[in-house]
Amino acid sequence: MCGIVGLFLKDPKLEPQLGAMLTDMLITMTDRGPDSAGIAIYSNSKVGHGKLTVQSATPGVDFKNLDADLGAALGKPVLMLVKSTHAVLEVPADQLDAARSALRELRPGIKVMSSGEGIEIYKEVGLPKDVAARFEVAKMHGTHGIGHTRMATESAVTTMGAHPFSTGADQCLVHNGSLSNHNGVRRVLKQAGMTFETENDTEVGAAFVSHKLQQGETLGNALEATLTDLDGFFTFVVGTKDGFGVVRDPIACKPAVMAETDQYVAFGSEYRALVNLPGIETARVWEPEPATVYFWER
Amino acid sequence: MQTFDLEAQGLRALNQALHNLKDANTNETAWEVVNPKGSHAIAVGVDAPIDITVRGSTGYYCAGMNKQATIRVKGSAGPGVAENMMSGTVIIDGDASQYAGATGRGGLLVIKGNASSRCGISMKGIDIVVHGNIGHMSCFMAQSGNILVLGDAGDALGDSLYEAHLFVRGTVKSLGTDCIEKEMRPEHLAIIADLLKRGEAEHLAKPSDFKRYGSARKLYTFNIDNASSY
Repeated sequence: MCGIVGLFLKDPKLEPQLGAMLTDMLITMTDRGPDSAGIAIYSNSKVGHGKLTVQSATPGVDFKNLDADLGAALGKPVLMLVKSTHAVLEVPADQLDAARSALRELRPGIKVMSSGEGIEIYKEVGLPKDVAARFEVAKMHGTHGIGHTRMATESAVTTMGAHPFSTGADQCLVHNGSLSNHNGVRRVLKQAGMTFETENDTEVGAAFVSHKLQQGETLGNALEATLTDLDGFFTFVVGTKDGFGVVRDPIACKPAVMAETDQYVAFGSEYRALVNLPGIETARVWEPEPATVYFWER
Repeated sequence: MQTFDLEAQGLRALNQALHNLKDANTNETAWEVVNPKGSHAIAVGVDAPIDITVRGSTGYYCAGMNKQATIRVKGSAGPGVAENMMSGTVIIDGDASQYAGATGRGGLLVIKGNASSRCGISMKGIDIVVHGNIGHMSCFMAQSGNILVLGDAGDALGDSLYEAHLFVRGTVKSLGTDCIEKEMRPEHLAIIADLLKRGEAEHLAKPSDFKRYGSARKLYTFNIDNASSY
């Protein structure tokens, strides 16, 4: 199963409510995926600022003085905001890769959830309502976001196995379904220089899209390529710094419903996830076609 | 009119109240369900000659296994609407998601918008009228009954078809294995006229607008020459 929710705001007035709306949508999808939950939220960052969202199994140890230690390593000031098992580290955008390398030395136990100028990812094992509360997602502002509730099939129920997966700067992907050729595709992508944190099939889907984007493809073309190169069942929702995309495999047995108004574009695995959105009664509501790429960019 | 607030009173209470009407001598024959909010399994397993109107969109399996009742959804329906319907009528004012009317054995399903993939899959006697389009793999292994589509059909219509009658007014993106276009005879035009009337579509089309598709009957029994088609 698994549940997906997504929201791309067109109306800036809704931006302060993005986290609250996504939290409500995510909790509605609990019975599609009670194992773990995650959310990626994009917000307009200050020019030149980058963010690393990191996770630790022992936050009390790993996050202690991390801002000072990382700042000393980079020779630049670092701001840190700790939220439960996650922390957001704000560094200059041109220092994101350097910060990532430094973290491997400074705190080997830390995992990087996301890196980029707009993205923050929070994900953990547990019920969606508990995961959302732990990271205070409802208070978050942003321009667009994607959430996922997981019912695990292809790999273990762990924090790193939860979605969204981020395999490139400001990129993320969530998935409902299962890929059958992920081992083969992972091998090819590893040879091309992509790195993987898990044995999870979805991470391969995410890395596949990231690799295409690295090669200079548009988001639309990258999603189009999933239809020919990935085998299995999938409804993917992807996020980039400015965009939001959806694609379903040609069989399209994994459910999907979308809604669009002047204020937003919304995605839900089921209509239930959309019922509390403003103006849903008069929204254009449709089921995305199989093997068809949809994306919106700012 | 019995009004049932699904949000306040809950799904099990609704379905139990409707199930209690089976063989009951009741005057509670008109029901209205408010606040459906995409909930699953609304009015499943009803077996009574009553009218039910759902004010909004529904989730999975609305009106499944229906017998006798007339169930109208004033919105769109999620996957599996009227699945395995036995008799009665189900009318969806909006769109229907995948496998609408699957395995239906009788009754009438009317979808006033579009139906998505696998509409009428394995249908066994149900009549389906779709005012809009139907998606890919519709009527896969359909055994009997009729489907009337005023719009277009997606890929692989009627794959591995048995004896259901398929009538499509618009284009068919592709026919499935063993499904062919067939001659339209007077008895088929009569079926279409009846479906248009019962499907609230008389004002939208006339019988001569449609083409008929049916089984080439090559796959009924195993034939080694057809091995690649099974």
